[in-house]
Amino acid sequence: MKHALVVDDSAVIRKVACRIMEGLALRTSEAEDGEQALMACRREMPDVILLDWNMPVMDGHEFLRALRKMPGGKSPKVVFCTTENDVACIARAMHAGADEYVMKPFDRETMTAKLQEVGMI
Amino acid sequence: MITAADFDFLRGFLKDRSGLDLGPEKRYLARSRLRPLCEDAGLRSLGDLIGKLRAGEDGGLADAVVVAMATHETMFFRDRLPFEAMRDSILPGLLARRAASRRLRIWSAAASTGQEAYSVAIILHEMRARLDGWRVELLGTDISPAAIARARDGTYSAFEVQRGLPVRYLLEHFTKEGSDWRIAEHLRSAVTFGPLNLLQDFGRLGTFDLILCRNLAIYLDPPTKSALFARLASALARDGALCLGASETVLGYTGAFVPDPDHRGFFVHGPEGTERPTRSAHMGTAG
Repeated sequence: MKHALVVDDSAVIRKVACRIMEGLALRTSEAEDGEQALMACRREMPDVILLDWNMPVMDGHEFLRALRKMPGGKSPKVVFCTTENDVACIARAMHAGADEYVMKPFDRETMTAKLQEVGMI
Repeated sequence: MITAADFDFLRGFLKDRSGLDLGPEKRYLARSRLRPLCEDAGLRSLGDLIGKLRAGEDGGLADAVVVAMATHETMFFRDRLPFEAMRDSILPGLLARRAASRRLRIWSAAASTGQEAYSVAIILHEMRARLDGWRVELLGTDISPAAIARARDGTYSAFEVQRGLPVRYLLEHFTKEGSDWRIAEHLRSAVTFGPLNLLQDFGRLGTFDLILCRNLAIYLDPPTKSALFARLASALARDGALCLGASETVLGYTGAFVPDPDHRGFFVHGPEGTERPTRSAHMGTAG
Protein backbone atom coordinates (compact mmCIF):
# COMPACT_ATOMS: atom_id res chain seq x y z
CA MET A 1 0.00 0.00 0.00
CA LYS A 2 1.45 3.35 -1.02
CA HIS A 3 2.00 5.96 1.66
CA ALA A 4 0.78 9.55 1.35
CA LEU A 5 1.91 12.35 3.66
CA VAL A 6 -0.57 15.24 3.86
CA VAL A 7 1.09 18.50 4.91
CA ASP A 8 -1.29 21.35 5.70
CA ASP A 9 -1.85 23.64 8.67
CA SER A 10 -5.62 23.21 8.30
CA ALA A 11 -6.95 20.19 10.15
CA VAL A 12 -10.03 20.24 7.94
CA ILE A 13 -7.99 20.06 4.73
CA ARG A 14 -5.87 17.26 6.19
CA LYS A 15 -8.97 15.32 7.18
CA VAL A 16 -10.66 15.74 3.79
CA ALA A 17 -7.51 14.88 1.83
CA CYS A 18 -6.77 11.83 4.00
CA ARG A 19 -10.32 10.58 3.61
CA ILE A 20 -10.15 10.89 -0.18
CA MET A 21 -6.74 9.21 -0.35
CA GLU A 22 -7.72 6.38 1.98
CA GLY A 23 -10.71 5.81 -0.28
CA LEU A 24 -8.20 5.38 -3.08
CA ALA A 25 -6.34 2.68 -1.10
CA LEU A 26 -3.47 4.87 0.07
CA ARG A 27 -2.10 4.80 3.60
CA THR A 28 -1.96 8.32 5.02
CA SER A 29 -0.13 10.30 7.66
CA GLU A 30 -0.31 14.00 8.52
CA ALA A 31 1.95 16.95 9.31
CA GLU A 32 0.93 20.48 10.28
CA ASP A 33 3.89 22.32 8.77
CA GLY A 34 7.14 21.86 6.86
CA GLU A 35 9.21 21.08 9.92
CA GLN A 36 6.88 18.33 11.08
CA ALA A 37 6.84 17.02 7.52
CA LEU A 38 10.63 16.85 7.38
CA MET A 39 10.68 14.87 10.63
CA ALA A 40 8.04 12.52 9.22
CA CYS A 41 10.12 12.03 6.07
CA ARG A 42 13.22 11.23 8.13
CA ARG A 43 11.25 8.52 9.94
CA GLU A 44 9.70 7.11 6.78
CA MET A 45 9.95 8.53 3.27
CA PRO A 46 6.42 8.60 1.78
CA ASP A 47 5.57 7.76 -1.82
CA VAL A 48 3.62 10.97 -2.35
CA ILE A 49 3.34 14.25 -0.46
CA LEU A 50 0.35 16.58 -0.68
CA LEU A 51 1.90 19.90 0.21
CA ASP A 52 0.36 23.21 1.23
CA TRP A 53 2.22 26.38 0.26
CA ASN A 54 1.55 28.81 3.10
CA MET A 55 2.21 27.30 6.52
CA PRO A 56 3.68 28.58 9.77
CA VAL A 57 7.21 27.54 10.82
CA MET A 58 8.31 26.23 7.41
CA ASP A 59 6.34 26.83 4.20
CA GLY A 60 5.88 24.44 1.33
CA HIS A 61 8.73 25.81 -0.77
CA GLU A 62 11.25 25.65 2.04
CA PHE A 63 10.13 22.12 2.81
CA LEU A 64 10.41 21.04 -0.84
CA ARG A 65 13.96 22.42 -1.14
CA ALA A 66 14.99 20.64 2.06
CA LEU A 67 13.24 17.43 1.04
CA ARG A 68 14.98 17.19 -2.30
CA LYS A 69 18.38 17.51 -0.55
CA MET A 70 17.61 14.67 1.89
CA PRO A 71 18.80 11.12 1.23
CA GLY A 72 15.96 9.51 -0.70
CA GLY A 73 14.22 12.87 -0.89
CA LYS A 74 14.06 12.91 -4.67
CA SER A 75 11.78 9.89 -4.82
CA PRO A 76 8.46 11.11 -3.37
CA LYS A 77 6.04 12.65 -5.82
CA VAL A 78 5.08 16.09 -4.57
CA VAL A 79 1.67 17.56 -5.30
CA PHE A 80 1.30 21.18 -4.22
CA CYS A 81 -2.16 21.85 -2.82
CA THR A 82 -2.73 25.54 -2.25
CA THR A 83 -4.93 28.58 -2.66
CA GLU A 84 -2.11 30.23 -4.64
CA ASN A 85 -3.37 30.05 -8.20
CA ASP A 86 -1.43 32.50 -10.34
CA VAL A 87 0.48 31.19 -13.34
CA ALA A 88 3.70 32.48 -11.78
CA CYS A 89 3.03 30.57 -8.55
CA ILE A 90 2.27 27.35 -10.37
CA ALA A 91 5.33 27.71 -12.58
CA ARG A 92 7.48 28.46 -9.55
CA ALA A 93 6.25 25.33 -7.77
CA MET A 94 6.91 23.15 -10.78
CA HIS A 95 10.34 24.70 -11.25
CA ALA A 96 11.12 23.96 -7.59
CA GLY A 97 10.52 20.27 -8.17
CA ALA A 98 6.81 19.67 -7.64
CA ASP A 99 5.22 16.99 -9.81
CA GLU A 100 1.64 18.25 -9.83
CA TYR A 101 -0.42 21.14 -8.57
CA VAL A 102 -3.90 21.30 -7.00
CA MET A 103 -5.71 24.57 -6.50
CA LYS A 104 -8.01 24.65 -3.47
CA PRO A 105 -10.86 23.89 -3.30
CA PHE A 106 -10.58 20.38 -4.70
CA ASP A 107 -12.82 17.37 -4.88
CA ARG A 108 -12.37 13.62 -5.11
CA GLU A 109 -12.22 13.65 -8.93
CA THR A 110 -9.53 16.31 -8.97
CA MET A 111 -7.45 14.50 -6.38
CA THR A 112 -7.92 11.16 -8.13
CA ALA A 113 -6.79 12.57 -11.45
CA LYS A 114 -3.73 14.23 -9.90
CA LEU A 115 -2.72 11.04 -8.09
CA GLN A 116 -3.16 9.11 -11.32
CA GLU A 117 -1.02 11.68 -13.09
CA VAL A 118 1.87 11.09 -10.69
CA GLY A 119 1.43 7.31 -10.87
CA MET A 120 0.19 6.73 -7.32
CA ILE A 121 -3.04 4.96 -8.29
CA MET B 1 -42.78 20.12 -3.66
CA ILE B 2 -43.84 18.21 -6.76
CA THR B 3 -46.94 16.06 -6.75
CA ALA B 4 -46.87 12.44 -7.89
CA ALA B 5 -49.06 13.29 -10.88
CA ASP B 6 -46.81 16.19 -11.92
CA PHE B 7 -43.72 14.05 -11.50
CA ASP B 8 -45.22 11.31 -13.67
CA PHE B 9 -46.00 13.91 -16.34
CA LEU B 10 -42.45 15.24 -16.12
CA ARG B 11 -40.99 11.76 -16.54
CA GLY B 12 -43.03 11.17 -19.68
CA PHE B 13 -42.23 14.63 -21.01
CA LEU B 14 -38.48 14.11 -20.56
CA LYS B 15 -38.59 10.66 -22.13
CA ASP B 16 -40.33 12.03 -25.20
CA ARG B 17 -38.18 15.12 -25.51
CA SER B 18 -34.73 13.76 -24.75
CA GLY B 19 -34.99 10.05 -23.99
CA LEU B 20 -33.95 10.84 -20.43
CA ASP B 21 -35.07 8.03 -18.16
CA LEU B 22 -35.80 9.72 -14.85
CA GLY B 23 -36.28 6.98 -12.25
CA PRO B 24 -39.18 7.18 -9.77
CA GLU B 25 -36.65 7.70 -6.99
CA LYS B 26 -35.38 10.92 -8.62
CA ARG B 27 -38.17 13.18 -7.43
CA TYR B 28 -35.65 15.13 -5.37
CA LEU B 29 -33.69 15.83 -8.54
CA ALA B 30 -36.71 17.43 -10.17
CA ARG B 31 -37.12 19.68 -7.14
CA SER B 32 -33.48 20.77 -6.97
CA ARG B 33 -32.92 21.23 -10.70
CA LEU B 34 -36.20 22.89 -11.63
CA ARG B 35 -36.55 25.27 -8.70
CA PRO B 36 -34.04 27.79 -10.16
CA LEU B 37 -35.93 27.59 -13.46
CA CYS B 38 -39.17 28.46 -11.65
CA GLU B 39 -37.53 31.47 -10.07
CA ASP B 40 -36.05 32.63 -13.39
CA ALA B 41 -39.44 32.27 -15.09
CA GLY B 42 -41.25 34.08 -12.27
CA LEU B 43 -43.34 31.02 -11.42
CA ARG B 44 -44.48 30.38 -7.87
CA SER B 45 -44.17 26.60 -7.81
CA LEU B 46 -43.13 23.50 -9.67
CA GLY B 47 -46.83 22.83 -10.12
CA ASP B 48 -47.13 26.07 -12.12
CA LEU B 49 -44.14 25.05 -14.22
CA ILE B 50 -45.56 21.61 -14.99
CA GLY B 51 -48.90 23.25 -15.69
CA LYS B 52 -47.30 25.37 -18.40
CA LEU B 53 -45.69 22.28 -19.90
CA ARG B 54 -49.03 20.45 -19.85
CA ALA B 55 -50.72 23.40 -21.55
CA GLY B 56 -48.04 23.46 -24.24
CA GLU B 57 -47.14 27.05 -23.37
CA ASP B 58 -43.59 26.93 -24.56
CA GLY B 59 -41.61 30.12 -25.09
CA GLY B 60 -38.45 28.08 -24.67
CA LEU B 61 -39.58 26.69 -21.32
CA ALA B 62 -39.80 23.10 -22.55
CA ASP B 63 -36.22 23.17 -23.84
CA ALA B 64 -35.07 24.83 -20.63
CA VAL B 65 -36.64 22.03 -18.57
CA VAL B 66 -34.90 19.37 -20.66
CA VAL B 67 -31.56 21.15 -20.32
CA ALA B 68 -32.02 21.67 -16.57
CA MET B 69 -32.78 18.00 -16.01
CA ALA B 70 -29.85 16.76 -18.11
CA THR B 71 -26.62 15.93 -16.30
CA HIS B 72 -23.78 18.15 -17.44
CA GLU B 73 -21.08 16.55 -15.30
CA THR B 74 -17.81 16.50 -17.22
CA MET B 75 -14.11 16.94 -16.76
CA PHE B 76 -10.91 17.02 -18.76
CA PHE B 77 -9.51 13.59 -19.70
CA ARG B 78 -12.37 11.93 -17.82
CA ASP B 79 -11.45 8.38 -16.77
CA ARG B 80 -7.98 8.95 -18.23
CA LEU B 81 -7.57 5.50 -19.85
CA PRO B 82 -9.72 6.15 -22.95
CA PHE B 83 -7.63 9.22 -23.73
CA GLU B 84 -4.40 7.28 -23.30
CA ALA B 85 -5.82 4.68 -25.70
CA MET B 86 -6.70 7.46 -28.16
CA ARG B 87 -3.21 8.94 -27.99
CA ASP B 88 -1.29 5.66 -28.07
CA SER B 89 -3.36 3.47 -30.35
CA ILE B 90 -6.76 4.59 -31.64
CA LEU B 91 -5.62 7.81 -33.33
CA PRO B 92 -2.31 6.42 -34.65
CA GLY B 93 -4.32 3.53 -36.13
CA LEU B 94 -6.75 5.92 -37.79
CA LEU B 95 -3.88 8.01 -39.13
CA ALA B 96 -2.38 4.92 -40.73
CA ARG B 97 -5.71 3.94 -42.27
CA ARG B 98 -6.40 7.48 -43.49
CA ALA B 99 -2.93 8.07 -44.93
CA ALA B 100 -4.34 8.32 -48.46
CA SER B 101 -7.19 10.75 -47.77
CA ARG B 102 -5.34 12.65 -45.00
CA ARG B 103 -8.70 13.49 -43.51
CA LEU B 104 -9.90 12.82 -39.99
CA ARG B 105 -13.31 13.55 -38.47
CA ILE B 106 -13.96 13.29 -34.73
CA TRP B 107 -17.23 13.98 -32.91
CA SER B 108 -17.77 14.61 -29.22
CA ALA B 109 -21.51 13.96 -29.31
CA ALA B 110 -22.43 14.90 -25.73
CA ALA B 111 -19.82 17.59 -25.28
CA SER B 112 -21.41 19.47 -22.37
CA THR B 113 -19.18 22.48 -21.63
CA GLY B 114 -16.38 21.31 -23.91
CA GLN B 115 -13.82 19.62 -21.66
CA GLU B 116 -13.99 16.32 -23.55
CA ALA B 117 -13.58 17.89 -27.00
CA TYR B 118 -10.71 20.08 -25.77
CA SER B 119 -9.04 17.01 -24.24
CA VAL B 120 -9.06 15.44 -27.71
CA ALA B 121 -7.81 18.73 -29.17
CA ILE B 122 -4.86 18.65 -26.76
CA ILE B 123 -3.98 15.11 -27.88
CA LEU B 124 -4.24 16.16 -31.53
CA HIS B 125 -2.06 19.18 -30.79
CA GLU B 126 0.61 16.86 -29.42
CA MET B 127 0.34 14.83 -32.63
CA ARG B 128 0.51 17.93 -34.84
CA ALA B 129 3.81 16.98 -36.48
CA ARG B 130 2.14 13.84 -37.83
CA LEU B 131 -0.95 15.79 -38.87
CA ASP B 132 0.83 18.36 -41.02
CA GLY B 133 -1.13 18.68 -44.26
CA TRP B 134 -4.14 16.84 -42.85
CA ARG B 135 -7.68 18.11 -42.73
CA VAL B 136 -8.84 17.42 -39.19
CA GLU B 137 -12.36 18.22 -38.07
CA LEU B 138 -13.29 18.09 -34.40
CA LEU B 139 -16.96 18.68 -33.64
CA GLY B 140 -18.58 19.08 -30.22
CA THR B 141 -22.37 19.01 -29.79
CA ASP B 142 -24.71 19.14 -26.83
CA ILE B 143 -28.41 19.51 -26.20
CA SER B 144 -27.83 22.60 -24.06
CA PRO B 145 -27.23 25.89 -25.92
CA ALA B 146 -25.86 27.38 -22.69
CA ALA B 147 -23.32 24.56 -22.36
CA ILE B 148 -22.30 25.03 -25.99
CA ALA B 149 -21.86 28.76 -25.47
CA ARG B 150 -19.55 28.03 -22.54
CA ALA B 151 -17.67 25.46 -24.58
CA ARG B 152 -17.13 27.94 -27.40
CA ASP B 153 -15.88 30.54 -24.95
CA GLY B 154 -13.53 28.01 -23.39
CA THR B 155 -13.38 29.74 -20.01
CA TYR B 156 -13.36 27.59 -16.88
CA SER B 157 -13.15 28.18 -13.16
CA ALA B 158 -10.03 27.09 -11.29
CA PHE B 159 -12.08 24.21 -9.90
CA GLU B 160 -13.18 23.05 -13.35
CA VAL B 161 -9.91 23.52 -15.11
CA GLN B 162 -7.93 21.26 -12.85
CA ARG B 163 -10.43 18.38 -12.82
CA GLY B 164 -8.49 15.83 -14.81
CA LEU B 165 -6.15 18.33 -16.43
CA PRO B 166 -2.45 17.76 -15.70
CA VAL B 167 -0.80 20.99 -14.62
CA ARG B 168 1.62 20.93 -17.55
CA TYR B 169 -1.37 21.29 -19.91
CA LEU B 170 -2.77 24.11 -17.77
CA LEU B 171 0.48 26.03 -18.13
CA GLU B 172 0.83 25.22 -21.83
CA HIS B 173 -2.70 25.72 -23.11
CA PHE B 174 -4.50 28.15 -20.76
CA THR B 175 -4.20 31.77 -19.76
CA LYS B 176 -5.52 33.17 -16.52
CA GLU B 177 -8.29 35.75 -16.93
CA GLY B 178 -9.32 37.15 -13.56
CA SER B 179 -10.05 34.17 -11.37
CA ASP B 180 -10.86 31.95 -14.39
CA TRP B 181 -8.76 30.18 -16.98
CA ARG B 182 -9.30 30.40 -20.73
CA ILE B 183 -8.18 27.77 -23.15
CA ALA B 184 -5.79 29.01 -25.82
CA GLU B 185 -6.96 30.17 -29.22
CA HIS B 186 -5.06 27.39 -31.03
CA LEU B 187 -7.29 24.85 -29.25
CA ARG B 188 -10.51 26.90 -29.37
CA SER B 189 -10.15 27.20 -33.12
CA ALA B 190 -9.53 23.47 -33.42
CA VAL B 191 -13.06 22.60 -32.24
CA THR B 192 -16.40 23.53 -33.76
CA PHE B 193 -19.26 23.50 -31.26
CA GLY B 194 -22.97 23.46 -32.00
CA PRO B 195 -26.24 22.58 -30.24
CA LEU B 196 -27.79 19.24 -31.12
CA ASN B 197 -30.44 16.98 -29.62
CA LEU B 198 -29.22 13.45 -30.35
CA LEU B 199 -32.82 12.31 -30.70
CA GLN B 200 -33.08 14.52 -33.76
CA ASP B 201 -31.68 13.53 -37.14
CA PHE B 202 -27.92 14.02 -37.31
CA GLY B 203 -27.39 12.46 -40.73
CA ARG B 204 -26.41 15.87 -42.08
CA LEU B 205 -23.25 15.75 -40.00
CA GLY B 206 -21.81 13.04 -42.25
CA THR B 207 -19.53 10.21 -41.26
CA PHE B 208 -16.95 10.27 -38.49
CA ASP B 209 -13.81 8.24 -37.83
CA LEU B 210 -14.12 8.51 -34.06
CA ILE B 211 -17.26 9.26 -32.05
CA LEU B 212 -17.23 9.96 -28.33
CA CYS B 213 -20.65 9.62 -26.74
CA ARG B 214 -19.70 9.24 -23.12
CA ASN B 215 -21.92 9.13 -20.06
CA LEU B 216 -25.10 9.94 -21.93
CA ALA B 217 -26.56 6.49 -22.65
CA ILE B 218 -26.67 5.62 -18.95
CA TYR B 219 -29.45 8.19 -18.54
CA LEU B 220 -31.55 6.87 -21.43
CA ASP B 221 -34.26 4.24 -21.36
CA PRO B 222 -33.39 0.98 -23.22
CA PRO B 223 -35.38 1.64 -26.45
CA THR B 224 -33.90 5.14 -26.79
CA LYS B 225 -30.45 3.75 -26.08
CA SER B 226 -30.86 1.09 -28.78
CA ALA B 227 -32.07 3.65 -31.28
CA LEU B 228 -29.21 6.03 -30.48
CA PHE B 229 -26.59 3.31 -30.92
CA ALA B 230 -28.11 2.31 -34.26
CA ARG B 231 -27.97 5.90 -35.47
CA LEU B 232 -24.43 6.41 -34.18
CA ALA B 233 -23.47 3.27 -36.12
CA SER B 234 -24.73 4.89 -39.30
CA ALA B 235 -22.60 7.99 -38.56
CA LEU B 236 -19.41 6.01 -37.91
CA ALA B 237 -16.99 4.98 -40.65
CA ARG B 238 -16.86 1.22 -41.14
CA ASP B 239 -13.36 1.09 -39.63
CA GLY B 240 -14.01 3.81 -37.06
CA ALA B 241 -14.44 3.59 -33.29
CA LEU B 242 -17.12 4.60 -30.80
CA CYS B 243 -16.03 5.57 -27.30
CA LEU B 244 -18.56 5.24 -24.46
CA GLY B 245 -18.37 6.08 -20.75
CA ALA B 246 -16.62 3.76 -18.32
CA SER B 247 -19.88 2.25 -17.08
CA GLU B 248 -21.62 2.03 -20.46
CA THR B 249 -21.91 -0.79 -22.97
CA VAL B 250 -23.71 -1.60 -26.20
CA LEU B 251 -24.24 -5.20 -25.20
CA GLY B 252 -27.92 -6.05 -25.10
CA TYR B 253 -28.90 -2.86 -26.90
CA THR B 254 -27.54 -3.24 -30.41
CA GLY B 255 -25.77 -5.68 -32.67
CA ALA B 256 -24.33 -2.83 -34.70
CA PHE B 257 -21.34 -2.51 -32.37
CA VAL B 258 -19.12 -4.98 -30.60
CA PRO B 259 -16.55 -4.19 -27.90
CA ASP B 260 -13.06 -3.48 -29.21
CA PRO B 261 -11.11 -6.32 -27.56
CA ASP B 262 -7.94 -4.22 -27.40
CA HIS B 263 -9.36 -1.00 -25.98
CA ARG B 264 -11.71 -0.92 -23.01
CA GLY B 265 -14.53 1.57 -23.48
CA PHE B 266 -14.25 1.50 -27.28
CA PHE B 267 -16.63 -0.24 -29.66
CA VAL B 268 -16.32 -1.05 -33.34
CA HIS B 269 -18.80 -2.09 -35.98
CA GLY B 270 -20.10 -5.62 -35.60
CA PRO B 271 -19.96 -8.09 -38.46
CA GLU B 272 -21.83 -6.97 -41.61
CA GLY B 273 -25.57 -7.56 -41.40
CA THR B 274 -25.86 -7.19 -37.64
CA GLU B 275 -26.77 -3.52 -37.59
CA ARG B 276 -30.33 -4.13 -36.43
CA PRO B 277 -30.87 -3.30 -32.77
CA THR B 278 -31.59 -6.32 -30.59
CA ARG B 279 -34.40 -4.45 -28.85
CA SER B 280 -37.16 -2.54 -30.57
CA ALA B 281 -36.32 1.13 -30.91
CA HIS B 282 -38.91 3.81 -30.37
CA MET B 283 -37.78 7.37 -30.64
CA GLY B 284 -40.83 8.94 -29.05
CA THR B 285 -41.71 12.48 -30.09
CA ALA B 286 -38.28 13.94 -30.08
CA GLY B 287 -38.35 17.69 -29.83
